[in-house]
Amino acid sequence: MKDASLFAQQFTALHTVRTKAPLFLGILFTATIYAAVCNLYVAEDSVLYVSTYTITLLGKYLCYALLALSVDIVWGYCGILSLGHGAFFALGGYAMGMYLMRQIGDRGVYGNPDLPDFMVFLNWQELPWYWSGFDQFWFAALMVVLVPAVLAFVFGWLAFRSRVAGVYLAIMTQALTYALMLAFFRNEMGFGGNNGLTDFKDLLGYNLLSDNTRVSLFVISAIVLALAYVCSQLIMGSKFGRVIVGIRDAEDRLRFLGYRTDYYKVALFVYSALLAGIAGALYVPQVGIINPGEYSPLNSIEIVIWVAIGGRGTLYGAVIGALLVNYAKTKFTAILPEVWLFALGALFVAVTIFLPNGIVGLFKRTSLNDGHDLGEQP
Amino acid sequence: MVILTLKLQNVLVKISNRNFIFTICFIEASGDYPGASFFSTEYIVLKIFQHSMPVKSPVKYAIMLVLVFLSATNIVESVYAQHDETGVIQAGPGQIVQLGDKLARAKLKNVQTVLVKMEAAGGDAVLALYQAMLSGDLFYVKDASSVSGNAALRRLVIASKTENRTYLLQDAITLDSLGERTKKQIKKVRSNNKLRGYLRSAIARLTLNSEQPEIRKSAVENMLDSLDSKSIPYLEKAREQESESDIIELIDVAIALNVLRTSEDVDLRLQAIETVQQSLRPVVRNSLTQLLEQDEQSAFIEPNAPIRAKAREALDDFQNKLDFYGLLETIFFGLSLGSVLLLVATGLAITFGVMGVINMAHGELIMLGAYTTYVVQLWMPNNIEYSVLVAIPVAFIVSGMVGIAIERGVIRHLQGRPLETLLATFGISLILQQAVRSMFSPLNRQVATPDWMGGSLEFNAVFSITYNRLYILIFALLVFFALQLIMKKTSLGLYVRAVSQNRDMAKAIGIRTEWVDAMTFGLGSGIAGIAGVALSQLTNVGPNLGQAYIIDSFMVVVFGGVGNLWGTLVGGMSLGLVNKFLEPATGAVLANILVLVFIILFIQKRPRGLFPQKGRAAES
Amino acid sequence: MKNSKIKVATTRQSRLREMFRRDGAWPWLVNRTEPAVDVSHQVLLYIESLSVSFDGFKALNDLSLYINDGELRCLIGANGAGKTTLMDVITGKTSPDSGLVYFGQTLDLLGRSEAEIAQLGIGRKFQKPSVFEAQTVYANLELAIQSEKNILPTLVARFSPEQIDRIDQVLEVINLKDRGFMMAGALSHGQKQWLEIGMLLVANPRLLLIDEPVAGMTAQEAEQTAELLVSLAGEHTVIVVEHDMEFVRRIAKTVTVLHQGSVLAEGSMQEIQENPDVIRVYLGEEQ
Repeated sequence: MKDASLFAQQFTALHTVRTKAPLFLGILFTATIYAAVCNLYVAEDSVLYVSTYTITLLGKYLCYALLALSVDIVWGYCGILSLGHGAFFALGGYAMGMYLMRQIGDRGVYGNPDLPDFMVFLNWQELPWYWSGFDQFWFAALMVVLVPAVLAFVFGWLAFRSRVAGVYLAIMTQALTYALMLAFFRNEMGFGGNNGLTDFKDLLGYNLLSDNTRVSLFVISAIVLALAYVCSQLIMGSKFGRVIVGIRDAEDRLRFLGYRTDYYKVALFVYSALLAGIAGALYVPQVGIINPGEYSPLNSIEIVIWVAIGGRGTLYGAVIGALLVNYAKTKFTAILPEVWLFALGALFVAVTIFLPNGIVGLFKRTSLNDGHDLGEQP
Repeated sequence: MVILTLKLQNVLVKISNRNFIFTICFIEASGDYPGASFFSTEYIVLKIFQHSMPVKSPVKYAIMLVLVFLSATNIVESVYAQHDETGVIQAGPGQIVQLGDKLARAKLKNVQTVLVKMEAAGGDAVLALYQAMLSGDLFYVKDASSVSGNAALRRLVIASKTENRTYLLQDAITLDSLGERTKKQIKKVRSNNKLRGYLRSAIARLTLNSEQPEIRKSAVENMLDSLDSKSIPYLEKAREQESESDIIELIDVAIALNVLRTSEDVDLRLQAIETVQQSLRPVVRNSLTQLLEQDEQSAFIEPNAPIRAKAREALDDFQNKLDFYGLLETIFFGLSLGSVLLLVATGLAITFGVMGVINMAHGELIMLGAYTTYVVQLWMPNNIEYSVLVAIPVAFIVSGMVGIAIERGVIRHLQGRPLETLLATFGISLILQQAVRSMFSPLNRQVATPDWMGGSLEFNAVFSITYNRLYILIFALLVFFALQLIMKKTSLGLYVRAVSQNRDMAKAIGIRTEWVDAMTFGLGSGIAGIAGVALSQLTNVGPNLGQAYIIDSFMVVVFGGVGNLWGTLVGGMSLGLVNKFLEPATGAVLANILVLVFIILFIQKRPRGLFPQKGRAAES
Repeated sequence: MKNSKIKVATTRQSRLREMFRRDGAWPWLVNRTEPAVDVSHQVLLYIESLSVSFDGFKALNDLSLYINDGELRCLIGANGAGKTTLMDVITGKTSPDSGLVYFGQTLDLLGRSEAEIAQLGIGRKFQKPSVFEAQTVYANLELAIQSEKNILPTLVARFSPEQIDRIDQVLEVINLKDRGFMMAGALSHGQKQWLEIGMLLVANPRLLLIDEPVAGMTAQEAEQTAELLVSLAGEHTVIVVEHDMEFVRRIAKTVTVLHQGSVLAEGSMQEIQENPDVIRVYLGEEQ
């Protein structure tokens, strides 16, 4: 057999998934099923019992993991450092939040069947046009993917076509999420201003506070994460993925080979934003609130550090990083809240200097990015 | 000079131990008068003549002689007495105090007589007392012995209610604080409408005749804004004595406005319109607008057509001026915001623009500068005036040192990896924020503004510039040009440019690139610290101070063109102006958002900013 | 300035008129197939009065050059003579201030993006070897190989047997047969040069622009490169920029000398060496 045909066999999307997905999926599903079963079918006083609080917490972590995955796709593979992925996450979250808000109906404090509480409070007379349709789940679900995708498309189209890259792009994305944050803080925007959207009651008729719904949301988060993981591995294992990595390392070369790299970047950015939006939509019903704080530049940059800690350009590294850092955050903020920012800051510095390939890089010697500096030219 | 005057006063107090009149003269003389000590002495003597009717003439002459002698021999130095900052003598048992006692005891019908006496005796000194009485804050303490040695003497106090329902007392004459009392321990000095009417006119007289031009001016302004025919005689009288031209103008406007309102003579009124037109006060505008109003039957309230026409003309003119000054004000605000942006971005223009290092902790270096100002003020609480000036070099050193530490400790290891640098410095910014939070507090700290930065430069009734903004604008430009000078004229500047253009070559010709890196970064960081000193005078100083500016400063540098200091200047100023011009139409937040969106779009169109570096080097 | 505005206006008008012609179909409705390169006049590349300036410095100054189909042309000239800028203009990296660049009789290259120009069949090798270091040699060749280069096709792309053969064949040529699964970043400098040439070969372009191919190569490797380039000429058209005069002498039939952004001389190596202008520029007045 010729070497090249061996290559042709090994470097296909399916092959990549077959080698890279089973372990990840196995661990993810085992843990999920274990937690779900131990919550629903084990007595509360048992040692094995997993509290609903923990389930919600885990569900939240999974959403963060999905978000980290979306950042890894653009940063780890394509070298686009986005400091504004929190914006896509929050947009998805707001779309879901608006649906949940409409589901409250007349059960709000003011009992107004047509308007959410905060609009009644602000003396609004009618629902703004952009709220129409959000009482339908399918519409909200569509918006969850559509709004972040459209924003990412417009932003990416403008940025990548005019070849804004590297640090400039990072700062632009940060400005984007900052501008959105300022906008969403305004009451006039009609998204609840400072307080955001909260007091949700139910989702598709299921009470959000019940154990069953919570476990279901958790399981759904796990499934979505698994799907996103497999889908992303498929994409990154294809020739498309190799073009993306090529863009990261030598974009000029690809252009001279005839690839419209800007189109590739836009497509990847949109895909990534879409994942972030879905993560946001899964996050909101589990934590029960979405507010403009989600747009803050700090949040977005924190995602990047999850990915950096886990290890870039592997997908599972991002997931590991998100889970670890958020677990640490939960622990730290409970015991020593003041130390958390010190610890996070130190993590930023230590990882970038001492652990450029993240935790995954410690164990793995030959990866796609091995021995390669992921920084790019400004 | 002032001190000398004060000492003379003290001398006089000694001399005229039993003659209360002098106290008054000295209070009057407490302002800052021009001329040599002798003139001031003379002045005081003159005052004595004016006020000292009860004093017999031989005494007068004796005092005069003594004064002349004193000033000539300069023995004033040897006499000391207490005086407070305003120069008001801490009157012992003086005549006003006696009168105050009378006032507290007088029956309502006799109060006015006492008040008349007090005014004659006290002049400016009773102003606060009158004002307090008018607003119903004048009390006396029932148990007099608790506030003064003399239990028989009722002492008048100005009381203001505190949060816990007690009253904070102030001596009505010396304005010294006398501590807290409950409601039961004090009693209000009663008053009625007639008395209040008298008080108002008395206050007007007192203030119009005040020795301090500012008090006179604000008195005229107050009268003008709530113009009442009764005050016209006072104004006319005041005009005769007035020497300050701007106050005379104000009085003229008030008189003319009164003519316009009350007179029947058309010519006089037309003339009056011309006079009032000079002023830009809202009351003038309202009066003119009233002339043009119509009643329900759509008949003009003002029957005379020429007057209406003239008023219309005057109003238009008024509006034009208002628009013009409004524009000036917007421009000033824009430049002021621009100067803040310039200040915060200048340091970044060095570290990011010239060195190419992405320092996300830049905002925190600014914050450190602001906290340095706070700490400097803690060190020198008695010299707040100079604290800001001291803080500038200290903040430069503090932030510069921290900057050098960051460069040596972190950035050096990440050379050529801009995205990693961005992340690591962001981590540092978190650490610095939390450090400040732990060391000081998460709450905002109050940084005092020195007096010379307070207040504002008034051009007219509608246009004034606050000094702190003006100084910061000038300061920002100074810092900018100083930096230009450093970059263009010093060897450090030459090295910096050499290293930023070709590091290896610079190293090869013997430039210590490491040293240059550290120094440059220290310079940029130090400038951030200086920006923090300026910001501490404008906004709250808190751990999040820096975060609010980091995005803005990056925007300014990127917008202006990386590596181009002039671009930063133009970028900062134009963004400030655009922001302020948008603000009236959109509100502050939306203006901010629009500017951000504009820059995002602009960068897509011109990725290298307003003033890009050109040539082959920039292409790669 | 004014002139150019008018020009823009008239071109806009004519474009509009063009758009509503009744006998035409709108371009986005037509299946876009680029016309084949028309070389009926034996000239593959027309460059006419090309000028490029950077910040006042004229990198190219009214340069005209014609490359025949199947020719092997060497460009020489001192640093700053405009060789790399010329390559940049041809490949769409830099847009000129004025001038014309045509690929064959019909294809205007100006205003096209780098990717479009590459897809027309112009391949370029950089001065510094530019390969995808984080990917295997195979993946590098896979990215370079002639294929559909839009997003959707790459998502589902699989090798055809012809492509596999082609890659193996090229690997043979560039001597990297046993290094197919090696990361390109781990190759030596010379091997990277070869890999980049290999990437050009699998792309099978009509015109190859090669910037300093033998920099960092051993004498033996340079020999091989020379043979390869000579063998490529005929089927492909090759433009080589090189400083190494020995190398140029070995491969060149026609040499063009650039000086200060325009053509100083053109001819065989012999003619160039005897050209008085060239001698004056390179060796000084007195010679």
